[in-house]
Amino acid sequence: MAAIKLTINNQSHALDVDPDMPLLWAIRDVVGLTGTKFGCGIAQCGACTVHLAGTPTRSCSIPVSAVAGQKITTIEGISKNGDHPIQKAWIEHQVPQCGYCQSGQIMSAVALLKQTPKPTDEDIDTAMQGNICRCGTYNRIRQAIHTAASEMSTAPKVPKTTPKIGKR
Amino acid sequence: MSQKPTQNTEKTTRRDFLKTIGLTSTTLALGFPSTEILASPVLNLSALPETVELTPYVLIEKTGRITLMNPRPEIGQGTYQSVPALIAEELEVSLDKVIIKQTGGEKKFGEMWSQAVGGSGSIRGGYKQMRKVGASAREMLIKAASDQWNVPVEECFAENATVVHKPSGRKLNYGQLAETAAKLPVPKEPKLKDPTQFKILGKSIPRPDVPPKVTGQAQFGIDAKVPGMVYASIERCPVIGSKLASFDATSAMKVKGVQKVVKVERIVGKNHYEGVAVIADNYWAANKGRKALTVKWDHQKHDTFNTAEYEKQLRELAKNEGVVGHNAGDFDKTFADAPTKLEAFYETPIVSHSTMEPMNATAYYKPDGKVELWLSTQGGDLTKDAVAKALKIPADNVTVHVLFNGGGFGRRLAQDFATEATLLSKTIGKPVKVVWTREDDTRLGPFRPMTFSAMRGALAADGKAVAFQHKVISPSIDATMEEKYDKTKPDGTMLEGTGEQKYEIPNLNTRYVHADMHIPLTYWRSVTSSTVAFAHECFLDEMAHKAGQDSMAFRLSMLTKETDAKRVLAKLKEVSDWDKPLPAGKGRGVAQWEFFAGLAGQVVEVSKNNAGGITVDKVYCVIDLGTVVNPDTVKAQVEGAIAMALTAATKDGITFEQGQAKQANFDANRMLRINEMPKVEVHILAEGGPTIKGVGEPGLPPLAPALANAVFAATGKRIRRLPFDLEKV
Repeated sequence: MAAIKLTINNQSHALDVDPDMPLLWAIRDVVGLTGTKFGCGIAQCGACTVHLAGTPTRSCSIPVSAVAGQKITTIEGISKNGDHPIQKAWIEHQVPQCGYCQSGQIMSAVALLKQTPKPTDEDIDTAMQGNICRCGTYNRIRQAIHTAASEMSTAPKVPKTTPKIGKR
Repeated sequence: MSQKPTQNTEKTTRRDFLKTIGLTSTTLALGFPSTEILASPVLNLSALPETVELTPYVLIEKTGRITLMNPRPEIGQGTYQSVPALIAEELEVSLDKVIIKQTGGEKKFGEMWSQAVGGSGSIRGGYKQMRKVGASAREMLIKAASDQWNVPVEECFAENATVVHKPSGRKLNYGQLAETAAKLPVPKEPKLKDPTQFKILGKSIPRPDVPPKVTGQAQFGIDAKVPGMVYASIERCPVIGSKLASFDATSAMKVKGVQKVVKVERIVGKNHYEGVAVIADNYWAANKGRKALTVKWDHQKHDTFNTAEYEKQLRELAKNEGVVGHNAGDFDKTFADAPTKLEAFYETPIVSHSTMEPMNATAYYKPDGKVELWLSTQGGDLTKDAVAKALKIPADNVTVHVLFNGGGFGRRLAQDFATEATLLSKTIGKPVKVVWTREDDTRLGPFRPMTFSAMRGALAADGKAVAFQHKVISPSIDATMEEKYDKTKPDGTMLEGTGEQKYEIPNLNTRYVHADMHIPLTYWRSVTSSTVAFAHECFLDEMAHKAGQDSMAFRLSMLTKETDAKRVLAKLKEVSDWDKPLPAGKGRGVAQWEFFAGLAGQVVEVSKNNAGGITVDKVYCVIDLGTVVNPDTVKAQVEGAIAMALTAATKDGITFEQGQAKQANFDANRMLRINEMPKVEVHILAEGGPTIKGVGEPGLPPLAPALANAVFAATGKRIRRLPFDLEKV
């Protein structure tokens, strides 16, 4: 079996794997990048989202043979120092709870802002609907996307909401 | 309902769990035997030449680098910040200057459950004790410095990991002091800081686990990789309770990368199940091999089980009197004599935990009989104990590496995934990573049980609630998991919270009717409060409506004494603008719930949408804590609890047909998505005082009843069965 050539985060890999193997498992088990997560295996939850030539793609549901030679970006590849505006906004809003789905959420959000630099709430709903977060971080994801969009366009910032502490 | 119960409804197991996690009012020993730990500081120079252990929780290197041990696994609830914060505050070190490490169930960190997360107990159980750990270490370091300078201790103080001599301005950092400090006696009752001096506690300090979680660097159980490791996917019968008859691995063995096919046992509480494990070079090959297996199961007659029939049985069983849980006054007489009576029946479903990270474990049973595990678990101590018991080896032979949990919600308290992987490793003689598919994770349990509730209530002529009865008819968590279960006793877990509400109703009666079930059941975030609160607080709404009273006013009229519940509802009334009328087509509902984990109340606002359904617009939540460690984490937990409760109330739940769960993945077992998330406004009541209440769970129980009550306000339709479809109300 001829090796399958993949370009992941600008690095070339030649993998001797079953051509049917989903890209997800090639990335995780063979290449050894574990930031991309397994959630459902049927493209329902978005935890495995990577960029295929810039387009958000569910890596659990695409065989490795179908992406040979294409440019693949994973969570590890979107910034050198974890300082993509989306990542910074995610930290500012303290988005993650368990964090397991967040690689996929971030990959979807990065792609959204590339396509739609100033997304409305409806744009966010459409782009992010495929990513499940069981911890319920959705409102923070929404705020963080708006913050990152403002950051990227240097428009005024969306104020971060803080919890109110009541006195009895 | 503030009367004393006439019977104790708690079972031993549940009470022991609460006690050891430090939560009962009688036991404030708080999680670990503090004297033992504090009295044995070890100067462990042989093992780690440059590191000094002031207590098992505080490790200081001569370079000044400080490591704090976190006993409570991080499952998304923020203990990776909030628990070390308790030590750091008293130790006078900044959290961003320390290394945080997760403990692995080692005995030196305390008795069983002190390294587990459940019952919203990490802060409730550790608030004083973990601060004492930091304060003791601080006092030892100050004493070491004052000895070295030969000055009175009172002239010295600690700040920024340094001891300062106030009069002279001399300084020594902790690294310079650790070795001598470790030889000093440990203060038994160190002086804790005045809360007004807090630099960390009570503040929204960013969580240190967030940056690695946005770069993909955070290591979850599923990310473990150890030398020589193989991968496994296990075929387990979806008809729960089946026995393995035979299997043929001929085709599976032909799949590239498949190494071996063996039998393996899964232990869930008292239940022992069999599976067929396919071992391969990578997980995909293991899965492919698994699909090629031919397996014959003996279903043990469980393939006729279905939830529709089971629910009919529950409705029949509701006619039984059941056993009394709490009783105050004389319900039967008051009900019989009352001028106005109500009865209603409420139903809720089985649900799955569905953590985003499916169950998994990496285990190595070594040739010398020692075991090492790398996994996501809600308790390093629980894993250690379960594995030792399953393998019949001493607990000291089990080393556990607790990684970040991709969700817990109670599912990772059961240790079936850990023992199964270890038994498999023993069989094949290699380290093995077992990963469950989403289908395995959804269909095999253990699940949250359904509860059905038969409600009866009576109003006096003046509209006052005078009698209230809540009869729970359900299978039991304990009965499905433990060998010994006494059906003649009330089940405290299944009656959870029903006798604890503060409403001043003079005649209160709670009852439990047990129903047998072979499906394994377990704790789910907020346990039985997640279902019984729905019946309880919706039925109160029915009583308010019958009395012709406003839902909020009706509740407040039954809360004349100064209680936390009263304060929560009063605050909720204020922040939700309760008395301001809503436009036509909108409605709001209220509910509150007090139980072992804590107390919260919610107001839900809904509106009729153009599609003929209901949109959940906004949720106001007031959570009562007493003391808050990280307000932003609390807010996040409430947001999360609301999302989880909304999913359980309005999505699919788990139903069985022909013995197996009908839902296998997120297409049929749907979860709330971003477009369905309401706005959430969180208010924290935290004015200090001796009581600290939990955070992770209390935001969940009020949601379903407040939502159903809001739907009634908007449409006049009573929701008495969950889940219900918001689009088809």
